[in-house]
Amino acid sequence: MANFTSDEIIETVGMIASQKLDIRTVTLGVSLWDCSDPDPIRCAAKIREKLLLSAKRLGPVAKEIEGIYGLPIVNTRLSITPLSLVLPSTEQEAFVEVAKVVDEAAGEVGVNFVGGFSSLIHKGQTKVDEALISSIPEVLSTTERLCSSVSLASTRTGINIDGCSKMGRIILETARRTADADGIGCAKLVVFANAVEDNPFMAGAFYGPGEPERAVLVGVSGPGTVLRALEKLGPGGCMGEVAETIKKTAFKITRAGELVGKEMAKRLGVEFGILDLSLAPTPAEGDSVAQILEELGLARAGAPGSTAALMMLNDAVKKGGAFASSSVGGLSGAFIPVSEDAAMIRAAEEGAITIEKLEAMTAVCSVGLDMVAVPGDVPEETIAAIIADEMAIGVANNKTTAVRIIPAPGKKEGDRVSFGGLLGEAPVMPVNRVSAKGFIGRGGRIPAPLQGLRN
Amino acid sequence: METDKSKKIVIAVIGRDQVGIVAKVATALAENQVNIEDISQKVFSGDIFAMTLMADIGASTLDLPTLTQRLDSALDGMGLKVALHDAELFQYMHRV
Repeated sequence: MANFTSDEIIETVGMIASQKLDIRTVTLGVSLWDCSDPDPIRCAAKIREKLLLSAKRLGPVAKEIEGIYGLPIVNTRLSITPLSLVLPSTEQEAFVEVAKVVDEAAGEVGVNFVGGFSSLIHKGQTKVDEALISSIPEVLSTTERLCSSVSLASTRTGINIDGCSKMGRIILETARRTADADGIGCAKLVVFANAVEDNPFMAGAFYGPGEPERAVLVGVSGPGTVLRALEKLGPGGCMGEVAETIKKTAFKITRAGELVGKEMAKRLGVEFGILDLSLAPTPAEGDSVAQILEELGLARAGAPGSTAALMMLNDAVKKGGAFASSSVGGLSGAFIPVSEDAAMIRAAEEGAITIEKLEAMTAVCSVGLDMVAVPGDVPEETIAAIIADEMAIGVANNKTTAVRIIPAPGKKEGDRVSFGGLLGEAPVMPVNRVSAKGFIGRGGRIPAPLQGLRN
Repeated sequence: METDKSKKIVIAVIGRDQVGIVAKVATALAENQVNIEDISQKVFSGDIFAMTLMADIGASTLDLPTLTQRLDSALDGMGLKVALHDAELFQYMHRV
């Protein structure tokens, strides 16, 4: 093994100690195909048994690896086969029943989230999907760790407007049911276009039907390391140099994640699925994507130029990541959640960034409108139309987009919501009140665009 | 001392400069059969001490978390930060 220079060692130690380079999540994907049973009690029992067996060593092995490489593993999580494919029931109550058991099993194995209370309805819904989706508000208000996602659109199928409409209602109802905590239930609910089947990040993780029995999915983060590298480059570096700096940093972070992922998979005796390098901010100072945009020379995230800057950031992260690992998957890019990013919160409070600008930025980054709080009295058709717009960006651009929006009950523009922990806090952002009722009310499905006809 | 059991680690010690840091680290490593293979240290701006060290832990009975605790207690109260990592991490991050 080669010797390393002091500079290399100090750089890595600094990345971990002060720039918050960490493995954001080691998510164990578990297929539940073999747990299917029309009887919710038997189905839940099978799922419970499989999760306990599959994940009992997840936490302890993560601790071991953390000790060996000195690299923090912040979260261990589970992602499961979408429950709409596992529980063939048309009873809402059946899903509530199974959800409780999955939530408890997740608690028993010590993971903080489990993703997969999900339905894939990008072309249309079955009676089973109908039952699952209708149970979402109750499930998210009565469970702690379960996360829900619904696929509403894809480039191949177009946009399910009936689904958008339904999810507008479901999101509002979920917010109402968790009104005492500012609508926190909605923080565990995502809708997708071009949903990814091996995403390790919450709340949108589910373990797709094409995945193997079990796999380790690693999400690595580190906006702070990119920020520090750009600070070192200084304000004089041209765009080419900026992109190069980001790419090199992304390479190093990805390699660290790859090492952890492979070792985790080996020790757990399962496949190494994918590595997802996503610059995922946390509310901690410096661990911010918006601050990277500021370092690039924008006074605040949301300033004109933000879309261009984010495009460069996202692309350079992907290029560095793709070179570093052959297992890059998931979402891989930059996340721009509002409530989880200190500099994004500041930009929203000052009015520098609006929902419309965020929407534009989602056309060039890895996900979508994320952790955006809006007034609780926004009509359901408007939520549905915001979703439809975001889905359109994903469908037309052959990329994943998502919406995680929180209509905070009883709150109005400029108020604050606070979710605590990683979910952070956010100002309630203004929403364009011009009605979209007639458009959404047409229902049906927007046909797949020409981009989808690729055979 | 290259053996089959060879296991390379990287140690970094950073903090306020003072007398005896290298001695204490080296003693603690020797007591636990950890062989130092490369060592480099520097004092920045008068009082910031930084040392990086490559060692082989193959002959030691301790695992990395326990060795970290030993070094932490050897340097207790000196205001220093010690980080230990399997050298593979650096191999992955800094070599293509």
